[in-house]
Amino acid sequence: MILRRASVLLVALGFALFAFVMAGPRAGLLVLIGLGFGLVLEGMRFGFAGPWRMIVTDRDGRGLIAQLIAIALVAAVAFPLLAANSTELVPAHAPVGFAMILGAFVFGAMMQLVMGCGSGTLVNAGSGNLVGLIALAGFIGGSFAGTLHLDWWTALGALPVLSLQGMLGPDLGLVATLIGLALVAGLTLARAAPGKRMPPRRLWLAAALIAALALANLVIAGQPWGIVYGLGLWGAKIAQAGGADLGATAFWAAEANATRLASSILTDVTSLTNIGLLIGAFAVMRWRTDPGAQTQALTATSYAAVLAAALILGYSARLAFGCNVGAFFSGISTGSLHGWVWLLAAFAGSTLGLRLRPILLRPTSTQGAYA
Amino acid sequence: MSARLSRPLVATLALGIVLGIVALDLATAGAPDLFTAPSAIALGSGAAPTGAHCSGN
Repeated sequence: MILRRASVLLVALGFALFAFVMAGPRAGLLVLIGLGFGLVLEGMRFGFAGPWRMIVTDRDGRGLIAQLIAIALVAAVAFPLLAANSTELVPAHAPVGFAMILGAFVFGAMMQLVMGCGSGTLVNAGSGNLVGLIALAGFIGGSFAGTLHLDWWTALGALPVLSLQGMLGPDLGLVATLIGLALVAGLTLARAAPGKRMPPRRLWLAAALIAALALANLVIAGQPWGIVYGLGLWGAKIAQAGGADLGATAFWAAEANATRLASSILTDVTSLTNIGLLIGAFAVMRWRTDPGAQTQALTATSYAAVLAAALILGYSARLAFGCNVGAFFSGISTGSLHGWVWLLAAFAGSTLGLRLRPILLRPTSTQGAYA
Repeated sequence: MSARLSRPLVATLALGIVLGIVALDLATAGAPDLFTAPSAIALGSGAAPTGAHCSGN
């Protein structure tokens, strides 16, 4: 066991050191932040898709309340930080539009089918969940495919980028954000059953750690925590290595994206934290005395459904300008209106996904639907 | 199928895929230029962030 744990430390810290040596101190620090996310998400069982399911199916609001606490903690620091350092730090602001709303709705439905959002897919794959591994492959392909058509989708119609600090100023914008989060918390508490309202100490601590890591991400990278861009970039890198000419596409011809495509993955902020996150989840699973049983076996058709859902998950995340992390968590905590619209649309989609789940995901045994 | 694919095996596969993408990228895009690496921390660096984010168009 000592040898196994030593090898876990070697993998986790070794990649951070590798990034530091190859791409500089910021890269090394971002891998460490990603590792932290992975350790907290897997080790303390802090999630996004699961709590959205639990509040609907089990009237359990504890996980969702923990998410809202983490977002509020980040917002309380990020709003003044962004206002005072607008040249060095950027928020996660994006326009609200038809494609964005449709993307968020579809994303919400698909994340209940693959049992993970953006961060959840990385955590699930890194901790050895077979559905998570299939979902990761689909997510990479889907988010890349989404970049190829994003200009067509956004041309369907979108508002200008609107933010709460832009409309109300940084102070009132923060107050409005905290009131909004309190309203969602109130609805959650009203829906939750007695005894399933207040998060346990573990989730309070996890929420505080996630908030601290998200703020560290903002301060070190200059931008909020994100997931989807990195996965789409990985798909683009694979396509380019296979001979695809991505310079002919609007998304990858844009200067910022062309630079990322031509540069090493080790210089891409979201790729670094994504890799760290996956290694962090891997480390937690390998550190445990018992890694746990594999998820229940599904029929071949169900595995195909997971792959298809993951492709759509990645594609829709690109249209929605982010997943639970980039749009919901980082969008709301840095004042973007699209984060709030994303929350409404994705939650509606999530409830649809919960209905589709027992139809599309069937275990090989006759013990019932996938748990 | 999942009974034969233990968690450690699947996790190692996932790690291998991601590290394989990094290796493929290093082979095609080359290693980063350390002389153009950004400062360790964006806040206080005086430089605008250059990274891309999911919320970007």
